[in-house]
Amino acid sequence: MNKKMLAVPLAMAAALGLALTGCASGDGGASVSDDGTLKIDVPEVPMIEELGDFENEVNILAWSGFVEPAWADQFTADTGCTVNRKIFATSDEAVQLMRTGEYDLVSASGDASLRLIVDGNVQPLNTELIPNFGDDIVSGMKGQLYDTLNGNVYGIPIGRGANILEYNSEVVTDEPTSWDVVWEADSPYAGKIAAYDSPIYIADAAIYLMHHEPDLGIENPYALDQEQLAAATDLLKQQNEMVSEYWSPATNVTSFTGGNSVVGTSWEVLRKATQDEKFKSVLPQEGSTGWSDAWMLAAESESPNCAYAWMDYTSQPDVNGAIAMNFGMAPANAAFCEMSDEAKEHCDYYNATDEEYFEQVWFWTTPIDQCLDGRTDIQCTNYQDWTNAWATVKG
Amino acid sequence: MSTQTVRERAPRPISTALYRHPKGRLASLLTLPMVWLVGVYILSLAIMLITAFWTTDPFTSRVKPGFTLENFTQLITVPAYAMTALRTLGIALAVTLICALFSIPLAVFMSQVAGPKLRAVLAILVTLPLWAGYLVKIIGMRLVWTENGFFNWALEPLGIHGPGLGVLTVIFTLVYLWFPYMAIPVYSAISQIPANLFDASSDLGARGFRTIRTVVTPLLLPSLIAGSVFTFSLSLGDFIAAMYVGGSTQMIGSIIAQNINLNPPLAAAFSFVPIVLVIAYLAAVRRTGALNNL
Repeated sequence: MNKKMLAVPLAMAAALGLALTGCASGDGGASVSDDGTLKIDVPEVPMIEELGDFENEVNILAWSGFVEPAWADQFTADTGCTVNRKIFATSDEAVQLMRTGEYDLVSASGDASLRLIVDGNVQPLNTELIPNFGDDIVSGMKGQLYDTLNGNVYGIPIGRGANILEYNSEVVTDEPTSWDVVWEADSPYAGKIAAYDSPIYIADAAIYLMHHEPDLGIENPYALDQEQLAAATDLLKQQNEMVSEYWSPATNVTSFTGGNSVVGTSWEVLRKATQDEKFKSVLPQEGSTGWSDAWMLAAESESPNCAYAWMDYTSQPDVNGAIAMNFGMAPANAAFCEMSDEAKEHCDYYNATDEEYFEQVWFWTTPIDQCLDGRTDIQCTNYQDWTNAWATVKG
Repeated sequence: MSTQTVRERAPRPISTALYRHPKGRLASLLTLPMVWLVGVYILSLAIMLITAFWTTDPFTSRVKPGFTLENFTQLITVPAYAMTALRTLGIALAVTLICALFSIPLAVFMSQVAGPKLRAVLAILVTLPLWAGYLVKIIGMRLVWTENGFFNWALEPLGIHGPGLGVLTVIFTLVYLWFPYMAIPVYSAISQIPANLFDASSDLGARGFRTIRTVVTPLLLPSLIAGSVFTFSLSLGDFIAAMYVGGSTQMIGSIIAQNINLNPPLAAAFSFVPIVLVIAYLAAVRRTGALNNL
């Protein structure tokens, strides 16, 4: 290739770069208030005061299983709002898609919601316009950091779940009580350990260290300073030698049923998908990470009325329960649990109203520079740092 | 020539105009592909590569224009990144080598030994994987290589245990995926070698292997290189295979996929690695003169 040929695309590239520099901007950050409590600067986005006429459609960005014809069709019949669904596979993808401005609603997990709020992608919600968001919403899902900020509600809870320890009871004959079977170098299951493939998995290591190396002073697995992150990364590197597979939802089930993994983190819904009773689950003594999902409304939603109607509709006990049963998680609306024996069984299985159970669960939260555990004398590591650290684990 | 034909030709202004203006002819031929090439292909590539010099807001993961070489510094200074690049290069080279080793004897057999029927059957077998979806093939490979999968079951009586999910299985899977891209050009090159060259070679006293080494290989080199560009560059960029059959194997593609949403500039910087490797490869190949015949 001669130099002339190179010059054209390079010049074009340079011109384009200049053009983009002019029109792109990005803001957002966290600050520590004087009294030391957590206060995060968010862009001013107005809240809707009252509803108007329904638009023709609503574009929803959802986890697989959250928006199904079984309940979306009824919504369309009631309101005339056609439901357009787009499935995403990871929180990071959801954040990126939400920023295209093409979607009205997103079922955001805690590791996505802070980023959306701080970047001004979502708007505060007027809960008075969502009558079903009432007393029946389980207490553990109200007012959490990842959907309520500076007194504003940004998310309408859908459901929650814990990242459990799944094991093959034919190989792991004693029920594990601790995560040590996946972390300690002398684990009898080395080479057969499944680990979640995401930087957020660093929090799982932090939870283990929180209990077994108290000297590190980890108070919150999502608030790690440099030293604590390094310790968690070292633990993950130690585990890397023993990992059979870093799983995504697409590979988790066959990793266990195929025999490559006999113990490791998993989701209850994935364990059930093995359709084999020899795969059991347990919440170990150290507790675990977990997720909590909520509907969030785009800051510049084109169909806010349909979107509000959808949030209200899916907060009804029966619809919320249908989503929870379909996905395999604890519903946000506790009233569902009283609706039938089947519903009761589902709620018991997923510990829906058992706040003591969920007190052991650290719900995914985006780690940010500002320490979420309230430390103000030190800067914590943010999700970017975690992502970089994660690549070194798998290096 | 009758007057009628002249009258018929007269109302064809476009062809007349094109005939008179060679530049217009050229433009009408090239406009469409050039719009595609420049507008869609080069421009989007350029936008992507520019972001490699930008930064990301650590909190919101939003890309911020600017100029920094930080992303490239990381590629070299972070051992995990450098290791991943080297591992990926090794995998791509291994895949290319294995594909070449398999395709030469197979192509020689197909074009020189096999009868027309067997040749057709073999051609179908070689291209058969191309009929299935990429993901279907990878998930198929995953299922046969798991602990309880086909290979371990079949090899158990022999006391052999498969490699499980890992680097080796990634190589096997990529060979399976890209083999047709090597085998087809090699086969078409061999079938174009005139039969009398083989006769001449044997008349001069060369046996099978010497004929392959001194007659076939030089004639094959261009197609081997064409095939290797496919197998090498496709392997460098792949991440789905690492995800499904790699176990804990990380490749360049895995890092790009991991960062594409969280840190697009780093992902863009990483995408330079395969580009640089492929350019280096092509430059090395060019020095051998093998590209002149392509």
